[in-house]
Amino acid sequence: MDQDYKKLLRNFHQARWDEPIIFEMSTPGERGVLVPAASAEVQEAIGDEAAIIPESLRRKAKPALPEVGQMRVNRHYMRLSQQTLGNDVSVDIGQGTCTMKYSPKVQEHLVRSNPDIADIHPLQDESTMQGLLQIYHETEKYMKEISGMDAFSFQPGGGAHAIYANALIVRNYFKDKGEDRDEIVTTIFSHPADAGAPATCGFKVVDLMQDNELGYPTLEAFKEALSEKTAAVFITNPEDTGIFNPRIAEYVQAAHDVGALAVYDQANVNGIMGITRAKEAGFDLIHYNLHKTFSSPHGGMGPGVGALGATKELEPYLPVPQVKFDGEKYYLDCGLEKTVGKVRAFFGNAAILVRVYMWIRSLGPEGIREAALCSVLNNQYTVKKVSAIPGVTMYYADGIRRIEQCRYSWEQLKEDTGLGTEDVTRRLVDYGMEHYWQSHHPHIVPEPFTLEPTESYSKKDLDEFIAVLQQISWEAYNDPDIIRTAPHNAPVHGIKNYYETDPEKIMCSWRQYLKKTAK
Amino acid sequence: MLVAAILKKDGEVDMVTLGLIINPIAGVGGRAGLKGSDGEDIQKLALARGGTLEAGAKAEVALAELADLKGEICFLARPGAMGGDVLEKLGFSYQAIEGSFESARMPRSDGAVDSPPAKSSDSAADLQSGAGAATSAEDTVEAALQMASAGVDLLVFAGGDGTARDIYRAVGLSVPCVGIPAGVKIHSAVYANNPKSAGQVIRRFCANPTTASMVESEVMDLDEDLVRQNIVEAKLHGYLTVPRMQNLMQQAKASARFSAHDIEGIAAEIADLMQAKAESTVYIFGTGGTTYKVMEHLGLQGSLLGVDVVAQDGRRRIVLADASETELYECVKDAGEVVLIVTAIGGQGHIFGRGNQQISPRVIRLVERDNLWIVSAAEKIYGLENNTLHVDTSDPELDRELSGYRKVITGWQERIVCKVEA
Repeated sequence: MDQDYKKLLRNFHQARWDEPIIFEMSTPGERGVLVPAASAEVQEAIGDEAAIIPESLRRKAKPALPEVGQMRVNRHYMRLSQQTLGNDVSVDIGQGTCTMKYSPKVQEHLVRSNPDIADIHPLQDESTMQGLLQIYHETEKYMKEISGMDAFSFQPGGGAHAIYANALIVRNYFKDKGEDRDEIVTTIFSHPADAGAPATCGFKVVDLMQDNELGYPTLEAFKEALSEKTAAVFITNPEDTGIFNPRIAEYVQAAHDVGALAVYDQANVNGIMGITRAKEAGFDLIHYNLHKTFSSPHGGMGPGVGALGATKELEPYLPVPQVKFDGEKYYLDCGLEKTVGKVRAFFGNAAILVRVYMWIRSLGPEGIREAALCSVLNNQYTVKKVSAIPGVTMYYADGIRRIEQCRYSWEQLKEDTGLGTEDVTRRLVDYGMEHYWQSHHPHIVPEPFTLEPTESYSKKDLDEFIAVLQQISWEAYNDPDIIRTAPHNAPVHGIKNYYETDPEKIMCSWRQYLKKTAK
Repeated sequence: MLVAAILKKDGEVDMVTLGLIINPIAGVGGRAGLKGSDGEDIQKLALARGGTLEAGAKAEVALAELADLKGEICFLARPGAMGGDVLEKLGFSYQAIEGSFESARMPRSDGAVDSPPAKSSDSAADLQSGAGAATSAEDTVEAALQMASAGVDLLVFAGGDGTARDIYRAVGLSVPCVGIPAGVKIHSAVYANNPKSAGQVIRRFCANPTTASMVESEVMDLDEDLVRQNIVEAKLHGYLTVPRMQNLMQQAKASARFSAHDIEGIAAEIADLMQAKAESTVYIFGTGGTTYKVMEHLGLQGSLLGVDVVAQDGRRRIVLADASETELYECVKDAGEVVLIVTAIGGQGHIFGRGNQQISPRVIRLVERDNLWIVSAAEKIYGLENNTLHVDTSDPELDRELSGYRKVITGWQERIVCKVEA
């Protein structure tokens, strides 16, 4: 039953509980908690408790929640947890662009159990949460040092949110200058939110395709996209492919030459933190995703922080409140004259700031730089091994090193065997690996998959993941049926590559399910 | 001839019905170095030069992907080399349909624009191949018509660009189709990338025949006589309805699975741009499915394979439909401002010189740089070789002027910068 140390493959099998959806477990009258009646004293003080809620806001019928006892609920979710894979149980380098890394558990303990953090109410007086505000303030100092920017906001709740806030700043900035600029320029391998968030903000989008030799657009094409209508460029570097544009400063200069701002999506700065800075490349606005690069757990759509950095000139536009220090005490400042306003309730996801603060303090400047170097080293090793697997190819920039991640292609495998990236990812779970990330939209690289082996993973972890890919490639050429019928060792077997596009068949909630299946 | 309908009667047998047409002669000229297999003389020459008949084998590779669906699908096919042989070999049951032509007829008259429904040219020829009964374009057209009227869910055909043209002449956009690439020339986007992919496309379609996402893709063909003189001239001949399948169909190299870019967005953008122009401006809409659909959204019934001129002084209307070069030039030469709206044709990405020769150099020269509006679904741009659009106006000087980087309209308020080369 042990891992085969020669092949590095595990004899893995996951729990399969055949567990129903919790709504299906409902037994009328069953209760998880019996809430005690209010004491006479409380009752007297509040009077008729139902009357506290105005008539117009009261439900007419009870909510259709499942009625399940506490023990069954506990068992239900324990079983579901056994049927999942994730960062804490499997080698997660398959989640390329997500920067999955180890988040030290001591950070979790502090955030969850230290009353000075866990019990804080956002409306309590500033004087009673000086410690938390100090963490904000000092973390901002570290971010300024790492990026070279002049000020930060920790208000946005994620990367795309930060890009949107940056687009708001760009819009207001040109409104104040009286310039009519309504276009933004981005590149096809930047994160899709670099096009999507500004578009939501009202900007027209001009997209640039990659040059196949460079892997990113030529400066000539970039200049062609710029005009007196360009408000800003929103770009990632290194891009999704892991390819770094070393002439980025010239691109930024080209944007400035037409009067546009340059916005740097640094959601994933893992391969270059402590090595290059946005300031030196000339950027005006940036954001970091604190919930990946900076070691707060990432996934499940939150919680996150998109740390938004700005130059001195754009600082007045930052969202509020800002945490400031007057020499004696820390306080929340809502007084920025040109602020784009509030973009999130209170002062953002405080727990994440605490984790990030701990992580930075424990690594120090040298440690942060070393983390970047290790992640790049891990990626070089992985690229070398994975690109040699039969059926795998790499697109663009032949012979150029990828920084911290790489987008590969199973195009050759597909051509040879008819099995592509979706088939491989279904088979991955049979070896205890979470499905991998294929690609952001659009899938320009055919049959894509993206691996990002951050600094957290040991050589042994990498070897195991690579061995699994090697094994699946071998199977595709020699025993394809085992892939076609995969997964075999997961809670659900034989999943089909299936995409539902008919809105009538998509059910996102129990209520929808009941409605749409009712005959 | 109502086989499919009978099978489906009262929903007793809920089977997916597939029509299968193999053009057995397709591809014969490839190995013989003849750049195609159109025309009886060429086919004879190909066989004499050792050309082999491989279309059946390619269809077999594709249909083998469906081996475990035997209980869920049924076929309509001609007996013999046009389908029956392969189906029998793989153990599929099928309903045989008989043709009325006994020997080969009707080589295509290249250069002509095909139009559905079937129109046959009259040249006749016999072909003695080594593979049993000889077949012709006429057989393909007739079989496709029979299958269409039998109500097949999907028409599967194996062949090359010529075969696709025959299918288009027979059924137009009325029947979902999938091409198994077996010909020498595959420029049409109606073919899967390879026979195996074709099998997978059919398989996925069968899982969801009524709700599968479909797209109208180009039927293109080169003039083989010109190609043999090393002159490449691809023409747009029509469109077939094919399943939209990521990575499996020709030119669908880039997946559009999550793409929201669509014709509606492009049409809205064009409407906005037209709004901002002077009333006296005239608009030339080039050939192709994208411009056709854009016109439809603008409330105009354009010509799919032709060039139309639109004016919007007073109300928006077509002032010249399906124009010839001369008509077009005469119509717009004195207009105050001319806007030219063109789309990229197929995977080669030609914006001029393929299927729209009516838009001649002297017409293009009437259009200012910013008034050339190139429209395209983003997915088509992603599928271009080297992300490059091509111009081939027959005027090298003009080709040079048109070259460089251009913003292509891919949706409402969306552009992609593309390189344009001669």
